[in-house]
Amino acid sequence: MTILTDPPKESFRLSMLIYDTRYRSLTFQAITAAVLALCIWYLGNNLIQNLRAAGLNIAFDFLGDPSGYDINQRLVEYDSQSTHARAALVGLLNTVLVAFLACVTATVFGVIAGVLRLSNNWLVSKLMAAYVEIFRNIPVLIWIIIIFTIMTAVLPGPRAFRGDDPASSMLFGSFAFTNRGIYTPMPWFESGFFASASLNWLVVLAGLVVSWIVSRRITAWATAKQEATGVRPKTMLPVLAVWLVPFLVLMLVMGLTWEIPALKGFNFQGGIKIGGPLIALWFALSIYTGAFIAENVRAGIQAISKGQTEAAAALGLRPRRVMNLVVLPQALRVIIPPLISQYLNITKNSSLAIAVGYADITATLGGITLNQTGRAIESVLLLMLFYLTASLLISFGMNLYNASVKLKER
Amino acid sequence: MSDQTSTSVAFVAKDTIPPSPPPGRETGIVKWLRENLFSNIPNSILTIVSLYVIFIVLKNTMPWIVNGVWTTSSLSQCREVLNGETGACFSVLTERWNQLLYGFKYPVDQYWRPNLALLLMIVAAAPVLFFDLPRKLLLFTAVYPFLAYWLIWGGSVYVPLIALLGFVAATVVFQTFGKGSFAIGFFGAIVAAFVVWMVGGALIPETASENALLSPVPSRDLGGFMLNLMLGATCVSLSLPIGIVLALGRQSDMPLIKWVCVIFIEFVRGVPLITLLFVASVMLSYFFPPESSVDLFLRVVIMITMFASAYIAEVIRGGLAALPKGQYEAADSIGLAYPQAMRLIILPQALKISIPGIVNVAVGLFKDTTLVSVISMFDLVGMIRGPILASTEWNGVYWELLGFAALLFFIVCYGISQYSQWLERRLATDHR
Repeated sequence: MTILTDPPKESFRLSMLIYDTRYRSLTFQAITAAVLALCIWYLGNNLIQNLRAAGLNIAFDFLGDPSGYDINQRLVEYDSQSTHARAALVGLLNTVLVAFLACVTATVFGVIAGVLRLSNNWLVSKLMAAYVEIFRNIPVLIWIIIIFTIMTAVLPGPRAFRGDDPASSMLFGSFAFTNRGIYTPMPWFESGFFASASLNWLVVLAGLVVSWIVSRRITAWATAKQEATGVRPKTMLPVLAVWLVPFLVLMLVMGLTWEIPALKGFNFQGGIKIGGPLIALWFALSIYTGAFIAENVRAGIQAISKGQTEAAAALGLRPRRVMNLVVLPQALRVIIPPLISQYLNITKNSSLAIAVGYADITATLGGITLNQTGRAIESVLLLMLFYLTASLLISFGMNLYNASVKLKER
Repeated sequence: MSDQTSTSVAFVAKDTIPPSPPPGRETGIVKWLRENLFSNIPNSILTIVSLYVIFIVLKNTMPWIVNGVWTTSSLSQCREVLNGETGACFSVLTERWNQLLYGFKYPVDQYWRPNLALLLMIVAAAPVLFFDLPRKLLLFTAVYPFLAYWLIWGGSVYVPLIALLGFVAATVVFQTFGKGSFAIGFFGAIVAAFVVWMVGGALIPETASENALLSPVPSRDLGGFMLNLMLGATCVSLSLPIGIVLALGRQSDMPLIKWVCVIFIEFVRGVPLITLLFVASVMLSYFFPPESSVDLFLRVVIMITMFASAYIAEVIRGGLAALPKGQYEAADSIGLAYPQAMRLIILPQALKISIPGIVNVAVGLFKDTTLVSVISMFDLVGMIRGPILASTEWNGVYWELLGFAALLFFIVCYGISQYSQWLERRLATDHR
């Protein structure tokens, strides 16, 4: 027979705030809140006093004023009469552009270097190790400056292309590498469906999407057939046709022509100009981050235990299939999380554009706009807000992808 | 029996035949070459392409380095000496050596001070980096920051001395009262330090900095590679304790503390360092009291430390999470309080796991100190891009200068990462 009694009811004493674990955390949090409030009050108070002394206020209406400066590299319409907000938008798009390009090429460099570093060719693996160590241990700012210097000091000026026997000539007669940037031919449509070029490109994009959907259908049909009969029908030719035929037909109907850059006056006209700063930043970021990605890829492949490869071989899979079906899907799980942070690093490091004069958002909003308007607090806050949003978006998107390749557990 | 054998069998081998040597293509260097460089056709192609790449790189750089000129005083003289041949103009390094290392404003007759500080830093860092050295040396490590401050900035010896005394008082108070209750010892130590600083600050004579032993050097005169080293060393060592506190805070059960830490860490990790440096250069001074003037160096140190501590906090959080839960439970079950459990059980193991990550952050941070050149501080890159390349004598000497900067950073960063690998092997106590 047991008798249950309530624990003796203790009356609350002040010392329990420190010695009783039930209340202690509350005490600590109250102290933290007080200290935090005090700090914020102190800093805010200083800010108000300083602003009052300098005759400033915090307002964002300067964004509507005309900016008064030009931007060479731009993706949307912009001139010096446009507003500061428009300049910031141009910078934002430039940041997105260089970050996207660098992410793609850095991944390519990184995967190639990471796989080659595991090559059984001694010389190649040592070369790749040297590449990784050299690029990882030297600041990216120095790389950006070095590549920018190559662009401006080594490549010839447009004038070298002039004359009957020019010092430099265009690659394949259509690519010009000059110290002002690289000029490439620009495709455009003679008899497009629409007057505006971008609408025509949208048509091409739509065509590609349709091809993609159809090719997915074909693959799915082949898989279903394989599961039913055990024989996989050959799908390579139909898939290739589905991709190529509509594309080529579209190009023919719309009359694809290439506008080739030509030397007119002091500079090249026509074609697409990729400015020197963009190339320097793009290439430096890719090759620097590529070294880090190479290490991630190597670690990912080495993390797959040898038993997996041997088991796959014992099942009779050929080496190529062992890699594609067994090793890579597992290695991908290890590689993707660090890859996400490398992409974030590229986005953040693209802010070094300011060192070579590429007009990204740091150079427009945080550089010229800030200096012209003197709105330091507002500009820097907007800048941070943009990068925070971008980081969160990238990590959100990549985490979704990560979740889709992750090991499905219970 | 044996007789019969010896007569009926025509021949019996008396001794074993020595093994014949392997064929020539299966031994020595030939075998190694066949296995490692020319095992199949794609491999051979790769080898040849790599050899070609190495050849091209050497062909273009070797004459340039070997022909290098070391003793002229301007680029035009270099060109005269080289007389049209390919060759580097390394004389920019010899002529501007001091500027590259110390910046262009640090008083020339005082160079021994940063040199001595660097030398002493090696002594101070040694017991932290190598555990076999006597533990007594750590006392010097504790004194070193104040000594280094005095050596580099000069001025009155009282300032660093009183700062040091404040920390000594805090330690004494903590040792005395901390045994009973961690909280009393901790808060008592903070109070003691502040009392010493207040009283000491009031006691320093006004004229102390005028007749000081070492002439004062303002921080805007610091520059060159010295500035990179100073920023790197200061910010890493400051951010380590802050990072530990943030990591513990992020793991805390108390929602307020947890969320403060989470927001701080995620905010700092989400923005590029350059925006934080903009904050330091144009915005931070608005948050200090109106009459105070905090110099740019200190503002930059504050922001870089914030930046680094967020990253270190994440690394240490990884270490804390990697620790088996049994360790936490074991510490609880033998009745250790939270500070004891952390200090004696959890942190030593978690920090050991986090060493590679911490070193990565440190290397990254040291490389990122070059970013201060963007906010017009004259670190190594700032010196090269600013005063040296802009001068009439050396306008156009890119490769020598950039190559030198790259080499300096490579040596330091590669050295640190090699140390980290050594330490990892050294600390590996698990049997695998």
